[in-house]
Amino acid sequence: MKDFAQLIKKLDSTNKTNEKVAALTAYFQNANDADKLWTIAILSHRRPKRPVNTTLLRLWATEISGIPLWLFEESYHIVGDLAETIALILPTSSAHSEKSLSEFVSEIIELRTLPEEEKKKYLHDNWLALNYFERFVFNKILTGSFRIGVSQKLMTRALSKATGIDEDILAYKLMGDWTPEKTTYKKLILEQNEEDYLSKPYPFYLAYAVEDNFQEDLGPISNWSFEHKWDGIRSQVIIRNDEVFVWSRGEELVTDKYPEFQDFLKVIPNGTVIDGEILPFGEGEIQNFNTLQTRIGRKNISKALLQKTPVILNAYDLLEWNGEDIRQKPFSERRKILDEMIQKINSEEIGIYLSETMNFETWEQAAAERDLSREKRSEGLMLKRKDSPYLVGRKKGDWWKWKIDPFTIDAVLTYAMRGHGRRANLYTDYTFALWDEGELVTFAKAYSGLTDAEFRQVDAWIKRNTLERFGPVRSVTPQHVFEIAFEGIAESSRHKSGIATRFPRILRWRKDKPIAEANTLDDLKALIPK
Amino acid sequence: MKQPLLVFNEKGIYCEKADVYIDAWRPVDKCIVTHGHADHSRWGHKHYITQTNNVPIIKHRLGEISVTGKVWNETFTINGVKFSLHPAGHIIASSQVRVEYKGEVWVFTGDFKTEDDGLAEIYEPVKCHTFITECTFGLPAFKWEPQAEVFKDINNWWATNKSEGRTSILFGYSLGKAQRLLKHLDTSIGKIYTHGAVENMTEVVRENYKLPETTLITRDTSKEEIKGNIIVAPPSAHGSTWIRRFVPFVTASASGWMTFRGARRRRAIDRGFVLSDHADWEGLLSAIKATGCEKVIATHGYTDIFARYLREELGYDARTEKTQYEEESAEIDKKIENED
Repeated sequence: MKDFAQLIKKLDSTNKTNEKVAALTAYFQNANDADKLWTIAILSHRRPKRPVNTTLLRLWATEISGIPLWLFEESYHIVGDLAETIALILPTSSAHSEKSLSEFVSEIIELRTLPEEEKKKYLHDNWLALNYFERFVFNKILTGSFRIGVSQKLMTRALSKATGIDEDILAYKLMGDWTPEKTTYKKLILEQNEEDYLSKPYPFYLAYAVEDNFQEDLGPISNWSFEHKWDGIRSQVIIRNDEVFVWSRGEELVTDKYPEFQDFLKVIPNGTVIDGEILPFGEGEIQNFNTLQTRIGRKNISKALLQKTPVILNAYDLLEWNGEDIRQKPFSERRKILDEMIQKINSEEIGIYLSETMNFETWEQAAAERDLSREKRSEGLMLKRKDSPYLVGRKKGDWWKWKIDPFTIDAVLTYAMRGHGRRANLYTDYTFALWDEGELVTFAKAYSGLTDAEFRQVDAWIKRNTLERFGPVRSVTPQHVFEIAFEGIAESSRHKSGIATRFPRILRWRKDKPIAEANTLDDLKALIPK
Repeated sequence: MKQPLLVFNEKGIYCEKADVYIDAWRPVDKCIVTHGHADHSRWGHKHYITQTNNVPIIKHRLGEISVTGKVWNETFTINGVKFSLHPAGHIIASSQVRVEYKGEVWVFTGDFKTEDDGLAEIYEPVKCHTFITECTFGLPAFKWEPQAEVFKDINNWWATNKSEGRTSILFGYSLGKAQRLLKHLDTSIGKIYTHGAVENMTEVVRENYKLPETTLITRDTSKEEIKGNIIVAPPSAHGSTWIRRFVPFVTASASGWMTFRGARRRRAIDRGFVLSDHADWEGLLSAIKATGCEKVIATHGYTDIFARYLREELGYDARTEKTQYEEESAEIDKKIENED
């Protein structure tokens, strides 16, 4: 555990990418295989299931520390992180543990099956055998959510440096639903293993947003293929060995959530992988993203739900054909095969459509099409270089997203909550309200969009202008107006305001506006596309 | 009902009987000042009373003021009220104020810490009936390691940076923390350079305290001569253009707030050393116990939480009073920048 904690400490104490990669590379060069495997797993968000619920963790930690539970809760609100709070309040001890990361993880996995008294004893003994930072890391493994500013891309780069294996190949090996319990470092990283690849998706290629004056930088417009950027769930559908696998972009296997896609087996040959967007679809057209929300969260997909909110796959790209990885072929060629395949299918019956590609002669024509995005329920346009391969991860150059400008509205700050992680202890999570018949009605929460300096300013103001406290939440004097941007809007019975907005964030602090000039709920409703 | 010996009004902590304020935040006629930090020794009072060694410090900060210095434990009587100053251990010449009238004793701590830092006069417990205490770090999450351990880490950090050919930059506010750092840096590793704000204050402090040699960085100081050495600078220098000329360098901050991982990461500082001039949780509790007091008034810091703990768990008659020393202790970033 020492080495792993040391690694996390190093990663945590720098924001320079090169130093992070160097620390990880050195770790991968020295750690044993079992620790390496678990490190890869933890950094790619594959953690053992939580063996003890957090209520018990809190209770036991306060018992050992000899402080009342309310004081623990107050401390937690201020520290902003459960694992850290527990690590801080436990008494310091001179004992130390020589157990490795993988030994700890195996014990944590086994802990789930033990009776409560033994769990308590295990935690007691181990908490007191670790120093503050090791304890923090141990708690993080216990409780989940291990965000330490190391992306999978960064980890893959370090692993590539340590092993000499190409980064893209590693990225592919690390995809899918492997777990450290069922594989080994050798098997996962070093060996080629055909059967493991059956359900494995390819890493998604992600686009950056266009930059200022991009039209000048992109060369002749005839080199570019245009598509709408559909607003659904980016997915990869794999048809191999008479099975269908559906992966979301978050690398989650979601096959069970979309039983309608089983029909693909009837018309799409084995050895096919399609990149596309899952979209809600009814009455012959694409529906609002909000409709899809009702399916995302559900565990059981009932027949009624399937009838009520049918979905389709809108296909963007073809990554594998006849069992062959065709990602290196030019986009135009991949699309040609995809188009021919899908045009033979009765889309209405099978639920797979083509995301139409477009060519424009001038940027003005392209801009005119982009203006239609909202009407077509898309988020804007995608620009893909016709001769581009399908790359791994977010890369600049060949694909760009040209999104439409967001909706905006001026709202009043009414509640604030402390943030987490690097914003722990600062009030950075805000609730905003709009006027409705002389009252302020909550319509959205947002916690991004201000600079660190602005957050500090707002934070200081909040602390001086608190009206009431409700645990971690404070109501504040309505005094500040912020311009809020959001991507989508729809009516919603689940929201107090009757309106749901998508991805609301702060655009800027309207210091120039008094609250009387903030927008009304009716102004917001008027933005709903007819 | 009897008027309390000290009250909290819109100008500061006030003793009506003697017509004297303590650490007033608005201009008053006569003010006893506990220490030299800006939120305790404000500008504009007609007359200041403070510990002798603090006189040059507040004169440096506030210019030509009317000030009387008092030595430790010297009793001075105003209108029949007896006052005396006792070491608070917070920074150099920082005092607690003892106030006695007709056998009733109140103590105001100002800011304090219980650990001997090797420079500030060591905190002295003073028996009293009512104890007015700060509680900047009044949460059980705050537990300081012994200073010797922290300085071992700081000096190791410096030595490692030096071996990698990098300059170390250590942030600490220019009065108090900076001198404490200077005092314990291991000068066998290299030379200590200072930022102007730190150097000026240190010059003033040298009148009464022995500190190692420092070199002020000027426009003529070359990057080569600084390389591998250590620079002590105020937190406000972090991210400034002043700093960029020392590349390659590594930064560190020394503050109690470095306990929090969020605070460390948010400030984009390479290293955070937990080193505070305030009492930690245990320090606060042991200080209260040592006074033998019945009543506690918590002023600045996590006052509500701390007072509730004292009432519910330890049975004290404890309450809070609002002061303007720090609006709220959770303003970590503001604090690191302005605690000076």
